[in-house]
Amino acid sequence: MELFTNQVLAGIATGAIYACMALAVVMIYQAIDHLNFAQGEMAMFSTFISWQLMQWGIPYWAAFVLTLALSFVGGIAIERILFKPLAKAPILTNVAGFIALFAIINSSAGLIWDFTIKQYPTPFGSAPFLGSQLISTHQAGMIGVTVLLLLGLYFFFQYTKIGLAMRAAASVPESARLVGINTSWMIALGWGMASAIGSIAGMLIAPVVFLEPNMMGGVLIYGFAAAVLGGLTSPFGAVVGGFLVGVFENLAGTYIPGVGNELKLPIALALIISVLVVKPAGLFGRHIVKRV
Amino acid sequence: MLLGRTLRTAALVTATAVITFTSGAAFAQKKYDTGASDTEIKIGNIMPYSGPASAYGIIGKTEEAYFKMINDKGGINGRKISFVTYDDGYSPPKAVEQVRKLVESDEVLAVFNPLGTPSNSAIQKYLNAKKIPQLFVATGATKWNDPKNYPWTIGWQPSYQSEAQIYAKWLLKEKPDAKIAILYQNDDFGKDYLKGTKDGLGAKVSSMIIMEESYEVSEPSIDGHIVKIKAANPDVLLIYATPKFAAQTIKKTAELSWKPLQILTNVSISVGSVMKPAGFEASQGVLSAAYAKDSTDPQWANDPGMKRWNEFVDKYMAGADKSDTSMVYGYGAASTLAKVLEMSGDDLTRANLMKQAANLKDFAPDTLLPGVKINTGAADFAPISQLQMQRFKGEKWELFGEIISGDVASE
Amino acid sequence: MSAAEDVVTEAPAVEAVPKRAMTLGTGTSLLVLAALLIMPVFVKNFIIFQMTMLLIYGLAVLALNILTGGSGQFSLGQSAFYAVGAYTTAVLMEHFNVNYALTLPIAGVVCFAFGFLFGQPALRLSGVYLALATFALATAMPQLLKLNFLEHWTGGVQGLVVTKPDAPFGLPMSQDMWLYYFTLVVVIAIYIFSVNLLRSRSGRAFMAIRDNEIAASAMGVDVALYKTLAFGVSAAVTGVAGSLGAIAVQFVAPDSYTITLAISLFLGMVVGGVGWLPGSIVGAAFIIFVPNIAEGISKGLSGAVFGVLLFLVIYLVPHGARQVAILGQQFAGKLRKN
Repeated sequence: MELFTNQVLAGIATGAIYACMALAVVMIYQAIDHLNFAQGEMAMFSTFISWQLMQWGIPYWAAFVLTLALSFVGGIAIERILFKPLAKAPILTNVAGFIALFAIINSSAGLIWDFTIKQYPTPFGSAPFLGSQLISTHQAGMIGVTVLLLLGLYFFFQYTKIGLAMRAAASVPESARLVGINTSWMIALGWGMASAIGSIAGMLIAPVVFLEPNMMGGVLIYGFAAAVLGGLTSPFGAVVGGFLVGVFENLAGTYIPGVGNELKLPIALALIISVLVVKPAGLFGRHIVKRV
Repeated sequence: MLLGRTLRTAALVTATAVITFTSGAAFAQKKYDTGASDTEIKIGNIMPYSGPASAYGIIGKTEEAYFKMINDKGGINGRKISFVTYDDGYSPPKAVEQVRKLVESDEVLAVFNPLGTPSNSAIQKYLNAKKIPQLFVATGATKWNDPKNYPWTIGWQPSYQSEAQIYAKWLLKEKPDAKIAILYQNDDFGKDYLKGTKDGLGAKVSSMIIMEESYEVSEPSIDGHIVKIKAANPDVLLIYATPKFAAQTIKKTAELSWKPLQILTNVSISVGSVMKPAGFEASQGVLSAAYAKDSTDPQWANDPGMKRWNEFVDKYMAGADKSDTSMVYGYGAASTLAKVLEMSGDDLTRANLMKQAANLKDFAPDTLLPGVKINTGAADFAPISQLQMQRFKGEKWELFGEIISGDVASE
Repeated sequence: MSAAEDVVTEAPAVEAVPKRAMTLGTGTSLLVLAALLIMPVFVKNFIIFQMTMLLIYGLAVLALNILTGGSGQFSLGQSAFYAVGAYTTAVLMEHFNVNYALTLPIAGVVCFAFGFLFGQPALRLSGVYLALATFALATAMPQLLKLNFLEHWTGGVQGLVVTKPDAPFGLPMSQDMWLYYFTLVVVIAIYIFSVNLLRSRSGRAFMAIRDNEIAASAMGVDVALYKTLAFGVSAAVTGVAGSLGAIAVQFVAPDSYTITLAISLFLGMVVGGVGWLPGSIVGAAFIIFVPNIAEGISKGLSGAVFGVLLFLVIYLVPHGARQVAILGQQFAGKLRKN
């Protein structure tokens, strides 16, 4: 029983990583109706920028805010420069563009900062949290930030004009344009916000997994899985999805005899697919009815 | 021809200043295979410059820089080294394509230090069928020491299995009632260590090993595994993980206030890129074994070999991250090849190259630990087979015990 | 955030390509065929090997094209089918001494079954969800191949070495040249089969589903059957490509069939033109040669150079090589008029 509790707690701690990334995935999905394969790499690059700033002697929080701003602007710039020209191209061509962006960012980061792992500071410390050694204060802080982000996004999409406009622009661009929404800039704004949220995710994940150019490769798979499980249209679902994936993966690795440990990722993914077969829009996603 | 000879002699004179002149072999009958000539020796290499293992790409860059240094100093026996290196992205099919390009299009004399067990397995049969030396492969699998079946393939670093056996034997002697948990990476590297450990423990395997836990490189964090291992309550944790995961493991065990005896694979002993990120406090008392010097370890500050290494890096790889153990590795491997080429003299045939590679006697590159020497023979294709145990203390590794020789023959 | 329902008229993810436009004219086809036949006589074995790999990857891209361009389903999991094909051949050849040529149809059948079964749950998914499901399959495959209890057959993490066949009947040909012609015959046969498949009743059913699933089902097309069938056929063709790949490379290992391969095949399809079968070979050329070019430009930044080149291609021709072919045709048409 103790092992069970421990694995659940450890799963929640790891799940916080996935949840954070899943939020960024949902953000970009809301804006462009797609998954961005380069999302993880963008987050990694942002994290390196913040690390570089700290190396230059800028204190943590200043670097944090500065990175947030730079990532926001950078996300918008990437959309304007690289993806706006592809707006009329087929969707699959855009996906190829994401892959190209992935390659460019990963390779540049490797050249600028090398591939050796780097220590990344945490503002929360890494003492045991509330007496439990399984969750450190950093992980608790991470969960806290994730929840704050979630609330922020919820209000943004539900109650702010710009949030509603962004949702409209992504799901029904034609009608959105008719009511006077500048859909093109909504997309750019979505990129900026997704990039900023990604940078927060990166800066929170780096103390746990260490900073290096390939740090987000694995995280992104889990982030996608979490977002899809929770429903790509729901920030709340994404966060729940993140924790579920983290916990389930640990339990599968611990309790399924024989292949459980070797196959915990495939088992977790298989479970998600089974969920999708039953609930195609994810646990908390909006169901979409197609019209001919 | 006369002019050529004069130039060559002139070059030789300059070369002798740098390189030990061996037994007049240079004046013997000149013999060449494809890839060698009076002026040039062409060496091929493949490295994962892109893809999941791109962290190791720096080895190829170091070797390229090393041969540039050799060329600047006049080359080897008057010949310049032309080092052709290609990216295989750690993908075996790409490795085959690139190696065939090296052999059939670039026409290299030998393929040197290709990295990764999968890539080397993929090209081994081809190179052996074509009788092209596959020199000093950059992997610690045991199978490279198999001169009978693969006379054209030779390893370099100590094999993973022999290193694991050293740990097993040490445990049998020092902690005979240890309860051991093994964390290993689920690939050729991790599984070789697992096998070596089991072989080394012999009859006591089932009583001593209480848990074997594997992880995948695709996992972002392996905290869950550590929690699971801790629940089994072992008192020895063998960490057969690559640097990132090794650092995570050491850090997490400390966070759990859990203090098992930790033994770490030699692959992940870099002070700068494993122990420091994991935290020096958390790293105290970790055991491992080494054959090369650590570039960030202050105890080598005045070591002549490491001074030469530092000068090399400052001049030819300015701006590179010196804590990267791959640069020490690449330097050591490249200097071994330089030695073999020098020993080959004017007989630059593939057969002679292989013969010389299997004829290294007590060769000690700048970067190896004092006492560790490279020895090969017609039946011994495992150049480095010595290691010394070490313990992490303060901010550096402290060597202890004798230098242990641990050859494992290929099955 | 309750189950609010959105009503959306979804544009098809893959644009409609008329079936005639999916192939090449007879004249051009014969020209390409002639070039492919004569080429090996003039070049080095290494180039022949590269051309063999080009044909093999071309075949794998073609398989994806049947699935995506034909039936509108998206897959990032082709590497899994490729791996199953490759391992089927390797295991049969090395453990059971089956003739290499015989392993191809077996691999095809095994992969067809595998693809058809995978197509069942995939039926319920579309768009990004299907992308994730197939992505999951691609990530899981190397781990499945490493499993302990399969190690006796698969060689586990160490992989299996495959013996390259000699030319039969004492033909005076190098192994590479023989394998090239063997591959060429297989590829042409499958190409002709695919063209005919897409022109057949099944092909029309695929395309009807691609263009509008609901309308297709209203017209009496058994959507479930044809969608899984498309998966099965695509998997079978990919499997054959995997078999050929195993023989050409002489080695199979879990590291050969990672998600990187699936992504490469996907890029090959986009660059070649989604739904345009001849483009498959152009796409394959892109994924084999462009990384080499990128590496030639800068070793440290090869990934970045590759990304930039890829961006250039999709900016210039967002519809891939198909667009070039169409432009070429229009140009030729104009010339003829004048």
